[in-house]
Amino acid sequence: MKNIRIIPRLDIKGQNVVKPVHTEALRVVGNPKEFARRYYEEGADELIYLDIVASLYQRNLDFNLLKSVTDAIFIPVTVGGGIRTIHDINNALRSGADKVAINTHAVRCPEFLSEAAKEFGSQCIALYIEAKKQPNGTYEAFTDGGRERSGFNAIEWARRGIELGAGEILITSVDKDGTRRGYDLDLIKQIASFSPIPVIAHGGAGDPESVFKAIADGKADAVSASSIFHYRDFDVASVKNYLREKNINVRV
Amino acid sequence: MSSKIIIIDYGVGNLQSLKKAFKFFGVDAVVSEDANEILASDAIVLPGVGSFEAGMRGLKIRGLAEAVKAFAAKNKPVLGICLGAQLMLSEGHEFGVFEGLNIIPGKVVKFPELANGEKIPHVGWNKVKSPGGGVWNKDFYFVHSYILDPKNHENVFGLTTYGGREFCSVVKKGNIYGTQFHPEKSGEAGLEVIKNFINLI
Repeated sequence: MKNIRIIPRLDIKGQNVVKPVHTEALRVVGNPKEFARRYYEEGADELIYLDIVASLYQRNLDFNLLKSVTDAIFIPVTVGGGIRTIHDINNALRSGADKVAINTHAVRCPEFLSEAAKEFGSQCIALYIEAKKQPNGTYEAFTDGGRERSGFNAIEWARRGIELGAGEILITSVDKDGTRRGYDLDLIKQIASFSPIPVIAHGGAGDPESVFKAIADGKADAVSASSIFHYRDFDVASVKNYLREKNINVRV
Repeated sequence: MSSKIIIIDYGVGNLQSLKKAFKFFGVDAVVSEDANEILASDAIVLPGVGSFEAGMRGLKIRGLAEAVKAFAAKNKPVLGICLGAQLMLSEGHEFGVFEGLNIIPGKVVKFPELANGEKIPHVGWNKVKSPGGGVWNKDFYFVHSYILDPKNHENVFGLTTYGGREFCSVVKKGNIYGTQFHPEKSGEAGLEVIKNFINLI
């Protein structure tokens, strides 16, 4: 049986870790270096590091800050925020990233996913989707930190992203993000049901049980969370202990 | 420490995290694509991410394939990681059949059909079972679609199970080690493997 990965996520604005609610309404929660180190020590399997305003303001993420954050930890780090060129990916990798997450630029230029996968290998390229449920029950993908409509159906976009060469899908429910009311299981399941590549679920983790549901019911291959870890509701180890009791395979 | 460890730069992969892992033990590993520098060093690390063919091409255009083989022939410490481990075998079956460094006889093949609908690539942490003791019998971080298939059983130094299939996750021949997983990404367990390697010098 495979190991389910538990992945704390750092949303970065400027030099700080912030916590968005519905990907907006930011609140500063702390220093990225300290958070990364704490999660590494608690047994996080990977980290996600997203500069949440880089894309909106059309700038690059702060590679020096990224380097200082990755310097003290020895687990894989997925980095996103304003990645638009092969050069940006190279810079991210040189600053300690192992994978990059691409949202906005992939929506504008889907072929970029293929170009990036060809250059760095699919395993290096995660398609990042921010999905909002629409009144008719479908999910639409949003860009620029949940602000802009893409016009893409999120599920179809995942399918296309896989064809274009993405190696992982990072799916965030904008509706659930920051609410701590549980993951959008329907959204996760719709993508995980056909995806031949790993699906990382984000948005809505409230307690270890909600994480369990994202795995058992949503069929997520990996689970990402921020609020519950940032605010110390639970640490990574206690979530893993809970999952182990429920017979989910996690790394000790 | 006066001995010299070279991380071979052949155009693939994130070398920063490896350098950082050696630095953790106070070792300033040098990133190099110079054949002479490689031959004069005490130990080499062959990292790598990407396809087999691209990796061999990256080594050959820099004139490094022969240098790595000559270095390994002296049984000096070599650590191949992921693609770097795969390149040490005789041939790779990814996008065609390509000749490898042939330091350890064997081939690199695609994962066979997996049970329980497990996904390929194999991404994440998994256990290694090894005759090598406590350092090796831990969980490590894997990202790969192809597996090591050494010809001789004596070169199998670690086994891992994924999707109901057991595959070779560590190869060894004397002081030459190849890990399918990424020690530099495997937390404290991975750092122990790096330390173990440093101690071979």
